[in-house]
Amino acid sequence: MTSANSPETLIGIRDLKVDFRLDRTTISQAVKGISFDIPVNSTVALVGESGSGKSVTALAILGLLPRENSTVPPGSQILYGGRNLLVLAPGELQKLRGADISMIFQEPMSSLNPVFSVGFQLTEVLTKHLGMTGRQARVRALELLREVGIPEPETKIDAYPFQLSGGQQQRAMIAIAIACEPKLLIADEPTTALDVTIQKQILELIAALQKRLRMSVLFITHDLALVGEIADYVVVMREGEIKEQGGVEQIFEAPRDAYTRALLLCRPQLERRPRRLPVIDDFLKPGPLAGGSLEERSRGLRGDEEIILEVRHLGKSFYSREGLFGKREFKAVKDVSFKLARGKTLGIVGESGSGKTTVALTLLRLRGESSGEALFDGKDLLSIPPQEMMPYKRRIQIVFQNPYASLNPRFTIGQLLMEPLQVHGIGSNESERRDRVYKLLEEVGLPEVSFFKYPHEFSGGQRQRIAIARCLTMKPDVLICDEAVSALDVSIQAQVLNLLQDLQDEYHMSYIFISHDLAVVKYMADQVMVMNEGEVVEVANSDDIYRSPQHPYTKKLLSSIPQGWHGARAR
Amino acid sequence: MTQAAALAIGVQRAESPGLWTLAWRRFCRDRVGLASFLIVVFFFGLMAASGLHLIAADWSKEVGVNYAPPTFMGPEVADGGQAAPESHGGERAGESNPFDPLAGVLAEIRAAAGAASVAEAQAPTLVFGGDRWGRDVLQKTIKGTETSMFVGLVAALLAAFLATVFGALAGYYGGWIDDFFNWFYNVFTSIPYLLLILAIAAVLNQKGTLTVILILGLTGWTGIFRLVRAEYLKHKVREYIQAADAIGASHARRMFVHILPNVSHVILVQLSLHVVLFIKSEVVLSFLGFGVGVDTVSWGSMLNEAQSELILGYWWQLAAATLAMALLVTGFSLFTDALRDALDPKLK
Repeated sequence: MTSANSPETLIGIRDLKVDFRLDRTTISQAVKGISFDIPVNSTVALVGESGSGKSVTALAILGLLPRENSTVPPGSQILYGGRNLLVLAPGELQKLRGADISMIFQEPMSSLNPVFSVGFQLTEVLTKHLGMTGRQARVRALELLREVGIPEPETKIDAYPFQLSGGQQQRAMIAIAIACEPKLLIADEPTTALDVTIQKQILELIAALQKRLRMSVLFITHDLALVGEIADYVVVMREGEIKEQGGVEQIFEAPRDAYTRALLLCRPQLERRPRRLPVIDDFLKPGPLAGGSLEERSRGLRGDEEIILEVRHLGKSFYSREGLFGKREFKAVKDVSFKLARGKTLGIVGESGSGKTTVALTLLRLRGESSGEALFDGKDLLSIPPQEMMPYKRRIQIVFQNPYASLNPRFTIGQLLMEPLQVHGIGSNESERRDRVYKLLEEVGLPEVSFFKYPHEFSGGQRQRIAIARCLTMKPDVLICDEAVSALDVSIQAQVLNLLQDLQDEYHMSYIFISHDLAVVKYMADQVMVMNEGEVVEVANSDDIYRSPQHPYTKKLLSSIPQGWHGARAR
Repeated sequence: MTQAAALAIGVQRAESPGLWTLAWRRFCRDRVGLASFLIVVFFFGLMAASGLHLIAADWSKEVGVNYAPPTFMGPEVADGGQAAPESHGGERAGESNPFDPLAGVLAEIRAAAGAASVAEAQAPTLVFGGDRWGRDVLQKTIKGTETSMFVGLVAALLAAFLATVFGALAGYYGGWIDDFFNWFYNVFTSIPYLLLILAIAAVLNQKGTLTVILILGLTGWTGIFRLVRAEYLKHKVREYIQAADAIGASHARRMFVHILPNVSHVILVQLSLHVVLFIKSEVVLSFLGFGVGVDTVSWGSMLNEAQSELILGYWWQLAAATLAMALLVTGFSLFTDALRDALDPKLK
């Protein structure tokens, strides 16, 4: 977009630097001198992994950087209408915010004020910036709610945020953001917290509003595939620097920077299933470009595999008290049956609230009583008494979603990994156990010094490796991965997926792989089970289900996957 | 991949600071906290030295004249000040009461002891004044510090221990166990605090340090209990506890090996807050006459004596006890504040 024939520029960012003071002596450079333009009436996507400085850039445009510990060195400029926003008086800036430049955030639930109705929050903007009267503002608010596609705006205008679904909350947030018809809308990961079907709707809404209101959108995301459909320009950031910027076609068709190429290829794709996913290092290291082996891995069950776990009619209800004596039943899981073959992977996909995590936790008996049976080695795991459960606990293990929450922060890695060995009496003495742990650390790609460190010293991907290593200490037959890679960056995701695949090849473990990310499940799973509202909608071999989905819900789910640049072009 | 991970870790420091080390580093950055920490350490030193009879061992010796004024005010103040000693001498005329049947015996005793007490002349002034019997107020204060701090610390430990056990059980298990402890808690808190203390004092029916500790410890656990229970409720559904359950850790292990270290900062901060609270409560109890026995001295008993002295214009005992208490309580409170800031990972 630095080319000569660039259209009129709305906001120009020139050599923007932002420093954060961590403590008295340490200063971290969050943004290291970046320059790019946001043209009028177009969508610019700012793409990067966590810590790349993309959100900081957005906050700098709005003048919302935390005052206590952030500094913008002189020389940085954010030009808007001939004025430098960085040196504007706070009062002036406040007039621009909300009126000319507005923002929507990642978490709609926490960015709407829970104690005010949607209507109140919407009319507040209108009366404040446009000087409307209460009555005018309410009429306009209704119009806006209709515009962002909230059903029954007359009743929803008086609803409180908790009475709306996640998608509706994000729509309300967008309504507030576009209330004053801003020239620039900044969308900071607006769909990351939403389900894939809702994500599609919100993306379409933002794209439609951009065209209709002729505004510019700065779309911030970690998912490069997502922006292929909506962006005109793409800026790729990494560690505070711009790696590459250009038109969307150039970025997707002929990426010049190795990091951009890596981002595009590290994510599992629906069309291909390489034996090993390429990781960022494959691209950044000098030498012949690996790009992952092109050999494809074949997936699927033939039907004659040994069945290790058979679940029949699994049901799980939660009860909430109602009135004095009554209780209300909520069926989280209804009549779920499946078989898991040895050495194979069953993928469970579904949107939030579909009961996929409840299935996993119920199998491990982490969720109290349930109905149905789960036959493991001929024993029903759900009905044996807790004392007899111990030997089976060893054999079914789980990796949780959030590696920051699943490791006890007060334990060293050594303690964390030694504990299962001690509890189950594996290994004859401490030194033998320690040797085992060292071996496992090596296997998951962590150095031996990790033994004495604490979880807070590791990054998300490393922590997830530790969590995997903890499960491996017990040499389980079945490993449940509950959204195990969802919280990780794209590049880290590929590493952890490769690790899981290597371990399965080596130990012949069976995986139950739970995820909302359909591309990741396609890559990992032999068989896919689709769940919706606690029920199994469809079970089939993964290639079949993606090629020819049978159930309407599966079709809807699959059509919501972001198609990326190529997919969008093909349509 | 392995190399990348190795590199990433190699960049980090070789030694690995634990969470406590990090907390200590944060604490050291807080100047007020550090100063208050030194005050607390000083008082602990005082308490230990006094407990080992290194200082203030002979606090009960009558080394000065009655109500000896502080040295920095000079001896004449006492004479000028309402001629107090004289009038007091009048009060103590009871000693030479002609109708006293024991007068003869007392005279003999006094004659026997007289040789010693007359030998070392009673000082006209003392460093920080003397009390009714001419005991050194400074030494008395030090001895009182020992008693008061000991009571406060042990009672707080007892209360924190009870609260932790109750709170862990209630919060972790939930259900009827939780109900039981909550009822117990409600009963305890529904009785006015002072009334409860007096009731327990009446039941124990015995004066002494141990009684005070029991009274305070048995009534003071409620606040900590509620916090510990809430922490356990919060932590028992965390993923790391589910992970511990998944690897087969027992209930007791999850409760005390996994969760307890993660809530220890709450307990520690509450512990030091309650030390302060109980030191003040001991003063109140002693003031009300339910405090330590007559043979021991605490800040409370000093304040209790001071109320009659103040009318006569002898302010130094009151000042000494108040000053020591104010210093420790303020120091301890600030220390607690700093401790909470340093230990609470959320405030980082």
